[in-house]
Amino acid sequence: MTTLAIETRERALLSGNEAIARGAWEAGVRVASAYPGTPSTETLQALVHYDGVDARWATNEKVAVDVALGASLGGARALAVMKHVGLNVAADTFMTAAYTGVGAGFVIMVADDPGMHSSQNEQDTRLYARMGLVPLLEPSDSQEAKDFTKLGFEVSERFDTPVLLRSTTRISHNRGIVTLEERQDVPVGGFRPNPAKYVMLPAYARGRHPVVLERLQRLVEYAAELVTEEGSDSKVGIVTAGVPYQYVKEVLPDARILKLGMTFPIPVDRVRSFAATVDKLIVVEELEPFVEETLRAAGIDVEGKAYFPRTGELSPDLVHDGLAALGLVEPRSTGPEPPTTVVRPPLLCAGCPHTVPYWSLKRIGATVTGDIGCYTLAALEPLATMDTCVSMGASIGMATGLAASGGSDKPVVATIGDSTFLHGGVPALMDAVYNQANITVVILDNGTVAMTGGQEHPGTGRTLAGQETRAVDLPALCRAIGVEDLHVVDPYDVSATLRAIEQAMAYRGPSVVITYRPCIEAPVRIKDRPFWVDAEACTACQLCMNLGCPAIFWTSETFEGRRKVTIDVDMCTGCTLCAQLCPPRAILPVEVDA
Amino acid sequence: MNARGVVLAGVGGQGVVLASAVLAEAALQSGYEVKQSEVHGMAQRGGAVVSHIRYGEAVASPVVPLSSADVLAGFEWAEALRWMPYLRPGGALVVDARRIVPPGACRDHRRWGVPYPPLDPTTIAGRTGEVLLIDATGIASELGNAKAANSVVMGAVSRFLDLSDAAWEKAIARFVPPRTVDLNIEAFHAGQGADTLDPADIPELGLDPLPERHYHIDVNEEWCKDCGICPSICPEFCLALDDAHRLVVVDEEACTGCRLCEVLCPDFAIRITAPVEARGGAR
Repeated sequence: MTTLAIETRERALLSGNEAIARGAWEAGVRVASAYPGTPSTETLQALVHYDGVDARWATNEKVAVDVALGASLGGARALAVMKHVGLNVAADTFMTAAYTGVGAGFVIMVADDPGMHSSQNEQDTRLYARMGLVPLLEPSDSQEAKDFTKLGFEVSERFDTPVLLRSTTRISHNRGIVTLEERQDVPVGGFRPNPAKYVMLPAYARGRHPVVLERLQRLVEYAAELVTEEGSDSKVGIVTAGVPYQYVKEVLPDARILKLGMTFPIPVDRVRSFAATVDKLIVVEELEPFVEETLRAAGIDVEGKAYFPRTGELSPDLVHDGLAALGLVEPRSTGPEPPTTVVRPPLLCAGCPHTVPYWSLKRIGATVTGDIGCYTLAALEPLATMDTCVSMGASIGMATGLAASGGSDKPVVATIGDSTFLHGGVPALMDAVYNQANITVVILDNGTVAMTGGQEHPGTGRTLAGQETRAVDLPALCRAIGVEDLHVVDPYDVSATLRAIEQAMAYRGPSVVITYRPCIEAPVRIKDRPFWVDAEACTACQLCMNLGCPAIFWTSETFEGRRKVTIDVDMCTGCTLCAQLCPPRAILPVEVDA
Repeated sequence: MNARGVVLAGVGGQGVVLASAVLAEAALQSGYEVKQSEVHGMAQRGGAVVSHIRYGEAVASPVVPLSSADVLAGFEWAEALRWMPYLRPGGALVVDARRIVPPGACRDHRRWGVPYPPLDPTTIAGRTGEVLLIDATGIASELGNAKAANSVVMGAVSRFLDLSDAAWEKAIARFVPPRTVDLNIEAFHAGQGADTLDPADIPELGLDPLPERHYHIDVNEEWCKDCGICPSICPEFCLALDDAHRLVVVDEEACTGCRLCEVLCPDFAIRITAPVEARGGAR
């Protein structure tokens, strides 16, 4: 999605992420730190365009929270941004920041991904709020995304606590109309040393835990102020928050609704008095029965997940079905069976430099631990060369363990992108060297965070604001860690890449192959002279098709009962990989005679 | 007015997201409440892309409920079919007659068929109101840039919506690259006047399944020196070197008869024998 230039109109169409950036700016935020992750990424990309904000990419989400907390203690309003699984990485600081409290306002925006459009799990961030005893605000559209961000900074300062702002894919990537306001001038308060508050030695931390619990009681009372009640008389009352509120309004515009702005802590007494006015109380919430179980534990008779699914994303249709089962609306008429169509699986881009490393691993044969990035698509046909993908940086430690188990009859190879390696792979590579694991690590260095749209990272030599900076030297880093068998190769050279990986796999002990080639899409879209297929020469052997290039597909022509191929010249980037493989040399650059 | 719902569907790189930004902006310019929702992340170029736009006096859900879209615009035939369940009874279907065969669907090395749905209006009969099957890509190419096909499609979509030309033009100017504003506005108007095509005039893709063939991989073990060339080239991984570094046929069933092993063997030690049909069914 293209990030809008800064809006100057009073009413603007902003995505939830852009609205959160706007809200942070209006609230006078001064420091913002994030690691890219769908669906949260565009927040900082929007914020960096505003004056007066130091917005920067962090190496990972924990560093982002560390940076923001430090800025907050320095007296500057600070924002950290991440996707839901990023909070796992940042959880260490997050849990104790609940004890230290803040200097200036500190908001942690976390974007959940119900339905896992682009994630490896669909954990519910509200559970972290309860574990950390940190308040959580939950907007239901772009306007609220902006408003709640601003509110978050106020709540943070008023209650001396970090504040979680929970978005979801349908908030972050939904555009809606937002009324814009001016920036508040919030001066930097300055750092005031306070060891009993900021140095969490056991003796000091023991003093802070009761403070957190006392704060929580006051927050419960405050949460009641963020409740909105609406709708006509009805025997059924609906408690909801976030985007599910919009679905309820869609299906049942006059529903009797108690909408929560803060879903942790839950203003239980406020809900109890609402419940007293209805015969039946229902909770409509996405993912975990978080509100439902809290209310039930407080002795309120309530139902929710009996009518609405606990897995996946809600939709107006699923909410309709639940409300119909409750007898509140007529069941929706389901249309005819959808017409059959063709599956369109996602593929690595034409010219993707990750193609040949995986193609090579398939040829050689290996147990391959994978990681988080575009290259996870190598798990799918035709490359189908990935055996695990769990979390950021997990490939290397898992490879070490797989090799140590003795359970793999094939050599074990970890594959990890450059940004993911810097994010979470470096400690695991140190561990592999330290414990002399017999594994090969292939670092797929494309010089960007490709999966989220091409962001900078500490290895690219450029900051979020576009300024030049020092770049991490990956080969030097590996050598400094103690890697002795190190290969750097161009993954556009098919035979050199195959050979480098083969050699590294033959080494006993930890070996590293760095395949270096810039991403085809970012920071600039690369397009060289495209190739075409001389159909006369094509023997339809399918070697090129096995690269999984989206620019190559079948034609109606056949050779000995197999389909010949053709290349979409517009999509072809001229990477030459298929031409390097083609036995009859039927793949040729355009404007060259066959 | 109840909220209007429009679903735009296509393939990554076709400009679906840009088109939806233009529509949302045109609705904003017209004074409506607007919500627009899309999902991206795993949508690399070539993946399915869909965007929902809703506008009206008040809009709750950012997502179009099933069977409620007033207009479904397919930037490509198979994607139009994929999102048909969102179209309300009597809703308008606008579709570019372009067909983008997904390379990921070219995987059946036994029958060689691609299950791309035929461009056959009877498959959607009774599900839609007016159908506009247009050559958006062709029209845009004639205007000088096939990439403006999305503006042609949106011109056709505009026929079913109550937004003024001025609002559309302002929105286009706001979102398309500055040098292409005039071209895209021209493409938009061409879409407003585009004729609907007769599906019978559009040629078939010719990607139906072919007769199955089975091959036999005959290795002359006396001549083979286990050099490893054939297993390193076989596109179907039929051949391998075992732990003792001896050549073995591991998956004869997968052989497609390409004969790369036979052609490349330095020792003439491999022969791929003719399809079963040619040998009277014996193997």
